[in-house]
Amino acid sequence: MSDLVKLTIEGREVEVPPGTSVLEAAKLVGVLIPHYCYHPGLPVAGSCRMCLVDLEKSPKPVPSCATPVAPGMVVKVYTEQAEAARRAVLEFLLINHPLDCPICDKSGECSLQDYTEQEGRSSGRYGDYAKRFNPVEDFGPDILYVPNRCVLCTRCVRFMEDVAQEATLNVEERGDRAHIGVFDGRPLDHPWSGNVVDICPVGSLLSKDFLNKARVWDFDRTASICPGCTQGCNIVLESRDNTVVRIKPRPNPAVNRWWMCDHGRLNYAWLNRSDRIEAPLIQRDGRLVPVDWDQALARFAEVIRSAKGPWVGLVSPGASCEALEAAARLLKAHGGSGAFRVTEGPEAPLPGVPDLALRKERAPNVNGALKAGFTRDWAAAVDAVGRAGLVLVLDEDLAGLAQPLPADRVVYVGTVLPEAARGAAVVLPCANMAEEEGTFENLRGIRQRYGQAKSPPGMARPAAWILGAILEAAGHTAGATA
Amino acid sequence: MGFPHPTHPRENPVLSRHFGEAEARRYDGWVKRGGYRALEKALGMTRDQVIEEVKASGLRGRGGAGFPAGLKWSFMPKQKTKPHYLCCNADESEPGTFKDREIMRWTPHALIEGCAIAAYAIQAEQVYIYIRGEFTEPLQVMQAALDEVYAKGVLGANAMGKGVRIDVTIHRGAGAYICGEETALMNSIEGKRGNPRIRPPFPAAVGVFGCPTTINNVETLSSVPHILSKGGAWYKGLSLSNPKSTGTKLFSICGAIAKPGNYEVTMGFPLKELLYEVAGGMLPGRKLKAVIPGGSSVPILTAAEAEETLLDYEGCVAKGTMLGSGGMIVLDDTTDMVYQVMRLAKFYAHESCAQCTQCREGTAWTVKILQRLLNGEGRTEDLDLLLDLSEQMTGRTICVLSDSCAAPVVSAMKKFRPEFEAYLTKPASRT
Repeated sequence: MSDLVKLTIEGREVEVPPGTSVLEAAKLVGVLIPHYCYHPGLPVAGSCRMCLVDLEKSPKPVPSCATPVAPGMVVKVYTEQAEAARRAVLEFLLINHPLDCPICDKSGECSLQDYTEQEGRSSGRYGDYAKRFNPVEDFGPDILYVPNRCVLCTRCVRFMEDVAQEATLNVEERGDRAHIGVFDGRPLDHPWSGNVVDICPVGSLLSKDFLNKARVWDFDRTASICPGCTQGCNIVLESRDNTVVRIKPRPNPAVNRWWMCDHGRLNYAWLNRSDRIEAPLIQRDGRLVPVDWDQALARFAEVIRSAKGPWVGLVSPGASCEALEAAARLLKAHGGSGAFRVTEGPEAPLPGVPDLALRKERAPNVNGALKAGFTRDWAAAVDAVGRAGLVLVLDEDLAGLAQPLPADRVVYVGTVLPEAARGAAVVLPCANMAEEEGTFENLRGIRQRYGQAKSPPGMARPAAWILGAILEAAGHTAGATA
Repeated sequence: MGFPHPTHPRENPVLSRHFGEAEARRYDGWVKRGGYRALEKALGMTRDQVIEEVKASGLRGRGGAGFPAGLKWSFMPKQKTKPHYLCCNADESEPGTFKDREIMRWTPHALIEGCAIAAYAIQAEQVYIYIRGEFTEPLQVMQAALDEVYAKGVLGANAMGKGVRIDVTIHRGAGAYICGEETALMNSIEGKRGNPRIRPPFPAAVGVFGCPTTINNVETLSSVPHILSKGGAWYKGLSLSNPKSTGTKLFSICGAIAKPGNYEVTMGFPLKELLYEVAGGMLPGRKLKAVIPGGSSVPILTAAEAEETLLDYEGCVAKGTMLGSGGMIVLDDTTDMVYQVMRLAKFYAHESCAQCTQCREGTAWTVKILQRLLNGEGRTEDLDLLLDLSEQMTGRTICVLSDSCAAPVVSAMKKFRPEFEAYLTKPASRT
């Protein structure tokens, strides 16, 4: 490892690859140098001047984001000169800032708040001059621009130019009149444009979806995987009062870097559906009646015993690997097989990042379903339903089926009850992906874990647990299919 | 734009010798005056010989920084792996400076010839002359001259029949002061917003279109043919004071002066004699109060300091200012320094590119404080606040626009502080 550069930052030695910026190297020794325009996923602008630090051999403070490390460099972050320089930048940024934190969506996750708290002046010297005022602008379907809070870091401009490669945003005007502009007639509607809200270090770019909706310090945050398509972007599910309120990307250099698409970002309302199955149901006297889990599983065992012929599985590629594998084991043990179908939509790549796109197949676990042994031959599976000894449905909405299901031989494991499943012999309520822990396998074969963000409604259980219980009820031990 | 004044006997007209001669604007007239012989000579020399000759002359950048021109050329890669470019900075926008305008108006061929020699020396096949958008007449004159030399085969794929490709393109600016900053100028040529770039990389490594680029001022390039014709040693000999400052320099003198205009003197010429003898002295009945010697961005000199200053790079530094572009603003005893400084700051606040926080917000804030002082609403703490802001606007940003706004504020506050203090107590005299 002789090609590493050794330097000292705040008295701590660190070795990093040549070309690393001082700012990134400082992170490794636990020093977060304040910054606005710098973002690891964007070209360096070096313009906010917030990351100024002192070097032992430089009379002037240097921008640490734009200064590559050098052998023997001695970096001092907390000198009087560097702190004065950063304090001045904060003061300059705040003179025209409305200081409207109490009504700002960004409050609580705002770099301007954080750094001012850390190193800023306790009071301003601007006096009673009128602050610069520009009205809020509508940039696109989900994005508002509040110019008064803008620090002109140009992260959004650079994201659109270099990552989305659709240069919709620009800097308009000069001097302190400058603001972010959107080209006439070109709204900010790129499928990945929501990322500008994430990377905005202040409350200038806002999501309309999240506008005035919650205070970020009230959130529970759960590491998760986006269920929107086969890409498998790493996300954070932000929930409050057992409700998913917002989705943010979670950096993963191998899958989605820092980004996620708008489809995934805004597609969370279904996780909060209130028309859920809340208790196990069994068919009794021509209608479904709620029972407890023991009764439901006992009834299930009866259905199995009366089943004649191979089983057929109709599963969802949105289910976890664990649930799909358990379902596959169950089907295999009874000489059956299963299939799945995937909703499709237009593919929307993020041009600046290799192999990152909103994929055509809008389900998170197509690969998991395939590896568990399910096929894409949906038509054949539906065709086999009539001859099946038992039809096991795993959270499939059963929409548009060519033929009705053989009611008394259907076991439905799902989150909501579609019309087509109302005749099922047994209905078992399962958790949706926000309510369980599990894994999805993305289109590149990376199996990724997601955590539980909220509790499932009523008696609903994770599908993997339900199918495991069924396996046990059906008399299969763990090694049954091995 | 008037007609140039006759040459004063104490001037040393090298660049300005043919100012005012309409014939010199045309190719034939220029050749009659010895034009394009230097280019022919240069094309017969090796590139290194040309660079060595310019190095020997001691020619330094006339745009303001005073960086040795030959040394700058020698930074260009010798092994050419990408196209090389030469940019001529003709975006003369520094308040008080109007020398490049006159060079382009009267001796367009001198600039074209200088560009061609420099292009040859640094292996550039393409030259961009970036002309300030407001310079309509210089643009017309330059374009006419350029069309003429192309017709004569001086430029093009086979320049002067020597098998060298030298193309010159005029790029017209759109009216931003900051585009005179060399990296902003390159962005502007590329069709981008004229924002200065972070250095390193320096233009000689990554310049316009990502290729090695040299950028020189109009006056610098126009001096090159004379150096090639008469030799570097001759040029180096033109020095009245410090041998590190050689050649002649055009000074644009404006303000409270009897005969404002461009004057060309040998480096090291005393400022006092330039003002009182060559430029006709102060306006009748006025007394010298201060001089901004090198364009609006440099620290202000008091009358006493100015009268001791020798006009070369070192002479100005010795007095705590800079030679800059040679745009000399003469302020008389009726001048309100607070108002003048506010006017300058207002210019910089208007022209800030808005990248760096200190510049974007600091320049505008400086103006507000100065205006409040002028309105008689200033507070005692405003003076220290001005100095504190200026300190944080100096040496903290990508380019020096912010420093340029701070320099006159700091020097005026240092040298004319009583005037600032007077506004704290007296009612407003002007707004």
